[in-house]
Amino acid sequence: MINRKKAPAYKDAVEFDLKLKPYEKYVLRNGVEVYAINAGAEELIQVEWVFRAGNWYEKQNLVAPATNFLLKNGTSNRTAFEVNEHFDYYGAALSRACYNETSTINLHSLTKHLSKLLPVVRELITDAVIPESELHLYKQNNRQRLEVNLKKNDFVANRLIDEYLFGFDHPYGRYSRAEDIDALDRNTLISFYDEYYRNGRCVMFVAGKLPSNLNEMLEEHFGDLPLHGNETMPVIHHVMPATEKKYRVTNDPNGVQGAIRIGRHFPNRHHPDFFGVQVLNTVFGGFFGARLMNNIREDKGYTYGIYSYLQNHIQQSAWMVSTEAGRDVSEATISEVYSEMDILRNELIDEEELMLVRNYLMGSILGDLDGPFHIIGRWKNIILNDLDENFFYNSINTIKTISAAEMQALANKYLNPADFYELVVV
Amino acid sequence: MIQFSRFVLPNGLRVLVHEDNSTPMAVVNVLYDVGARDEDPSRTGFAHLFEHLMFGGSINIAEYDDELQKAGGENNAYTTNDLTNYYCQLPSANIETAFWLESDRMLSLAFSKKSLEVQRKVVSEEFKEHYINKPYGDVWFRMREMAYEEHPYKWMTIGKELKHIEQATLEDVKQFFFRHYTPSNAILVVAGNVVTAEVLALAEKWFGDIEPGEKYIRQVPQEQEQSAPRRMDITADVPVDAFLKTWHMPSRLDERYYAVDLITDILGSGASSRLYQSLVKEQHLFTNIDCYHFGSTDPGLLCIDGKLVKGVTPEQAEAAVEELLEKLKRDGVTTTELEKVKNKTESTMAFEDMSVMNRAASIAYYELLGDADLMNTELDKYNAVTAGEVLEECRRIFDENNSHTLYYRAK
Repeated sequence: MINRKKAPAYKDAVEFDLKLKPYEKYVLRNGVEVYAINAGAEELIQVEWVFRAGNWYEKQNLVAPATNFLLKNGTSNRTAFEVNEHFDYYGAALSRACYNETSTINLHSLTKHLSKLLPVVRELITDAVIPESELHLYKQNNRQRLEVNLKKNDFVANRLIDEYLFGFDHPYGRYSRAEDIDALDRNTLISFYDEYYRNGRCVMFVAGKLPSNLNEMLEEHFGDLPLHGNETMPVIHHVMPATEKKYRVTNDPNGVQGAIRIGRHFPNRHHPDFFGVQVLNTVFGGFFGARLMNNIREDKGYTYGIYSYLQNHIQQSAWMVSTEAGRDVSEATISEVYSEMDILRNELIDEEELMLVRNYLMGSILGDLDGPFHIIGRWKNIILNDLDENFFYNSINTIKTISAAEMQALANKYLNPADFYELVVV
Repeated sequence: MIQFSRFVLPNGLRVLVHEDNSTPMAVVNVLYDVGARDEDPSRTGFAHLFEHLMFGGSINIAEYDDELQKAGGENNAYTTNDLTNYYCQLPSANIETAFWLESDRMLSLAFSKKSLEVQRKVVSEEFKEHYINKPYGDVWFRMREMAYEEHPYKWMTIGKELKHIEQATLEDVKQFFFRHYTPSNAILVVAGNVVTAEVLALAEKWFGDIEPGEKYIRQVPQEQEQSAPRRMDITADVPVDAFLKTWHMPSRLDERYYAVDLITDILGSGASSRLYQSLVKEQHLFTNIDCYHFGSTDPGLLCIDGKLVKGVTPEQAEAAVEELLEKLKRDGVTTTELEKVKNKTESTMAFEDMSVMNRAASIAYYELLGDADLMNTELDKYNAVTAGEVLEECRRIFDENNSHTLYYRAK
């Protein structure tokens, strides 16, 4: 008979020697850097063009995301439909996204079709026309989508907490309003496109099973474009936090849940405390086995889920707790969050829990290094944040070695309720 | 081509192993052949509530999650109307931990009172978060009730009403467990950096002595053929009107399924699809519109779902949708269109197969459908679909007598 009470022997994940597969780097003749991970068994490829064209660079609210969205809605040779039809025909997915500092065009495809697709991506970067009719539809649809989203407490809460932390005039604190959508005009978008895409600063990330002539293909389609990094003056935005820290907002008088956000400022990835705080955050609310989840979901049943995380900003981050909890237990949830902070400040994390978190994090990173797309994702994060591979290895080292006393010191530095902005939207 | 080996233990547990040495990880996927369609109409939401309870301690192990996390693993689970699937991923060196954990909860749960009390509340909050506190959150409750008269697809996986979840008792939990969570109702898939013989030995060691239990014989009332259109017109506190129309479609196991799946892509997948191009881009009637289905094991629903531009009435929206469908039923699809959606299917499948976790789940799912090897012939079945078959399916499915229309008007 086996003894089911006793766990089988396992290898502590901290003993694993994790390696981040190095990238290959080409520089196209125009200076555009291409980072590549050649791996994987399937004939698949992902190519991503990252531009410094996020809302950090816009002078009018929503110009950056609108330009990014409309990139593929028509060139001088092709209508929006024809562009879409081209990528769809080859079973490829061409997506685009706009973030704070960067915006991207991302192509996923079977490797065999790549040569048919790159010329059209070139068209989007050099020759998007952003037709008036497409902009009109974009505005109409986004106004309506905004109206629907504003009925959702979680959507409203995410906007407001960012505004409190960074100020509405900061790209991290700004959000869309109907009047901003109305104010978008084609000329502004065209000139943003011209400056930040057509003559912008681009860096490329490629991953998958790469064809042997990839470098030549990229050189052919992108090497002659003026994308070498139009080194404009760096744009500076100042954080203007709200003076008041506690907010209760009514959005839906019949709402059955409150959207709770509790957040404080936190430096970016270059700060020496970043690594330790990542581990501390994991203990606090960073995964399903974290204290917030154990207490507020698994013991009290106040919520379907509660997490804490560091916001993914380049310049300056925030440490956030986020949950939707029953309306009548929202206040109780908030006091439990603070009481978990108190415990982390006042008591050492015991070795067993710390070991569990170390193992969990190591296993999770190991799993996340699986496959070329994940690996390039890690590299992209490192490169765009102006870091190097030491960031990865220091992070691993901290997970393996940080002591309970160091974590308590970090808790005392960063987990003081008085530093947190607090919001409930019902 | 995805390779695997298949074994059946004497207690009826099916074990499938897929080796992939390019990853340092292993995936252990346990699928139970039970979903919301197996529920009693007066106790809906139970299969899903039960999924939560599977993490509340088993007979010999108090904390599933803690033990898995110690071994560097992560896990999750989901419940659909057809099945319940549990999966975990961990460094392959620690795979025995997953066997220990999964076999113990197949052996027996701890049936903790506290776990039931807490998870009833958690699931109630989940219900509120996704279905009550959201605009249009009740659309599918209403559509399912309209579309199905007999079949248990008429309720959502989360349950028909909060009350059913709040009233669940420990006795219900026990009955459900011993009826459905038996080796003969389960499929174990192990994938990743593993050796088949070692997996089989571990499966025998940990699962071999679990009692086979009684094979559950599913007796689900099937839907009668519908003979007249069904309609519902409601008004709610939402900012814009929405339109949802569904039609009965064949089951996942039906040979007709492949043509119908491609129809949903032609109509509603991607920015070059017919509905989007015509109704959003050209006619400005919808702000968004999709066409999709759920791939349910029993005959399911094909859905067209969109939000209207302000000022457009649901009547106008429906007329435009119908006109587009009439054209489709008259002229069929072009060769290029059909090639396009076949290419997309090929690409989607290839991307899905990149992750070991997805491959493990697919193997389990196709085994549930009858034969894991089916996954390797899927693409051929899609590629074999002709324009004529697509036309025939369009004519059969888009019949007004087979439809359910929901106008969801803003107050």
